[in-house]
Amino acid sequence: MQQYSGFGLLKHSLSHHENWQRVWRNPTPKKKYDVIIIGGGGHGLATAYYLAKEHGITNVAVLEKGHLAGGNIARNTTIVRSNYLWDESAALYEHSMKLWEGLAQELNYNVMFSQRGVYHTCHTLQDMRANERLVSANRLQGIDNEMVDAEQLQKEIPSLDCSKGARYPIMGASVQRRAGNARHDAVAWGYARAADALGVDLIQNCEVTDMEISDGKITGVKTKQYGVLKADRVGCVVAGNSGVLAKMAGFQLPVESHPLQALVSEPIKPFLDTVVMSNHVHGYMSQSDKGDLVIGAGIDGWVGYGQRGSYGIIEHTLQAIVEMFPCTSRVRMNRQWGGIVDACPDASPIISDTPVKNLFFNCGWGTGGFKGTPGSGNLFAHTLAHGKPHPIAEPFSIQRFHTGALIDEHGAAGVAH
Amino acid sequence: MLHIYCPHCAEYREEEEFHCAGQAHIARPLDPEACSDQEWGEYLFFRKNPRGLHHELWVHAAGCRKFFNMTRDTQTYEIKEVYKIGEQPSVVAE
Repeated sequence: MQQYSGFGLLKHSLSHHENWQRVWRNPTPKKKYDVIIIGGGGHGLATAYYLAKEHGITNVAVLEKGHLAGGNIARNTTIVRSNYLWDESAALYEHSMKLWEGLAQELNYNVMFSQRGVYHTCHTLQDMRANERLVSANRLQGIDNEMVDAEQLQKEIPSLDCSKGARYPIMGASVQRRAGNARHDAVAWGYARAADALGVDLIQNCEVTDMEISDGKITGVKTKQYGVLKADRVGCVVAGNSGVLAKMAGFQLPVESHPLQALVSEPIKPFLDTVVMSNHVHGYMSQSDKGDLVIGAGIDGWVGYGQRGSYGIIEHTLQAIVEMFPCTSRVRMNRQWGGIVDACPDASPIISDTPVKNLFFNCGWGTGGFKGTPGSGNLFAHTLAHGKPHPIAEPFSIQRFHTGALIDEHGAAGVAH
Repeated sequence: MLHIYCPHCAEYREEEEFHCAGQAHIARPLDPEACSDQEWGEYLFFRKNPRGLHHELWVHAAGCRKFFNMTRDTQTYEIKEVYKIGEQPSVVAE
């Protein structure tokens, strides 16, 4: 793998940037792999990378039915934070956060991770109490999170309307200063490049149509383009389509797929150097390096696979944004889109074995999968390598929906996942 | 935006008046105490989540406030039919 560096940039400029190495190969699949990962999105590519890097398993294929990183990793609002309420989730997201902090160095790829802070605004006493509880829980878990009052908040974010005259006046906020955002495509591309360099086969345009299961054990997958590919273990990391793959394997999942919409405005001058979320008025916003406002909110409430949602949601989202930032009322929106998120009843993911032996699922990340990308891949790689979950991933077993040990994160996730 | 026919009001109204309450035709176990953890978990949490035809329960929340069923394609979002609680669908998902 060619190392990227400032010197390299200079060197390649002498040949008009025409001699850069291909970022990854485009191999024809082998007939048999140690591990097949279905889904070439952020989580799938991260899984492949950590399998090769930390567990020395390089006879791995990532099967992607479209192009690499074309699903939710290309459709999210890039927020990274780890201030969840329960110990189980805090451990999971903090594991991810620690990996984020060294990721650009590790992958030799600029993922533009920017720890610009994430604020959760509080508009009611109940909001304040919930956030104070969250902050206290995080402190006990060793995760940074703090409260600021409205006066301090106004100083830190001048464009935010913290006046008493607002329709839903802001009383304060919790802020995780280590949180922030990252360049979403770069994360997936960085993992893909690094995994490829370690010998992982990234197979694009390869759709899985069925699973080869005998005696309750998976032996391979059937693909549209390359027929049957054998594997000792199979990991499914397909977000919105998890239910479809589970059906192929003959079981149901406790997830439902919903469209989650986001939108960006025209680029404007920098005025917001952080991320602001409000569970109460239901919207969140940051400003990208390009200048456009990146805006999101909640899911459409019905099951949908169409990568688009209803206008009512967008209208409510923009009402919330204008409520918080009146100065944005004349900003025009440029693009709007939807991603398909697989949401669990308890708003926590599933990293688990399944009723089929040697088949593992990593799904149910719902609206908050982006921040989890490194941690999810890292823990799922451990699960695939050892055939049993990493201690951090253990509570996220599919079994919790039978035992009742749910990890209810609706409070900490809410809209602002 | 879905344009939904409420079988109780006998009118097409905008989606914002309605609320989707999830998969339809989930029968509550007759004797919950007799269920195993497995069965109770399946009843509470496990859903069909199909990519295609889906029978779902809706409520006309800002209208007549009555529940009804809908068969909808989750990929094209096309509404195939609506029918009242207790009725059986004529378009059936596999």
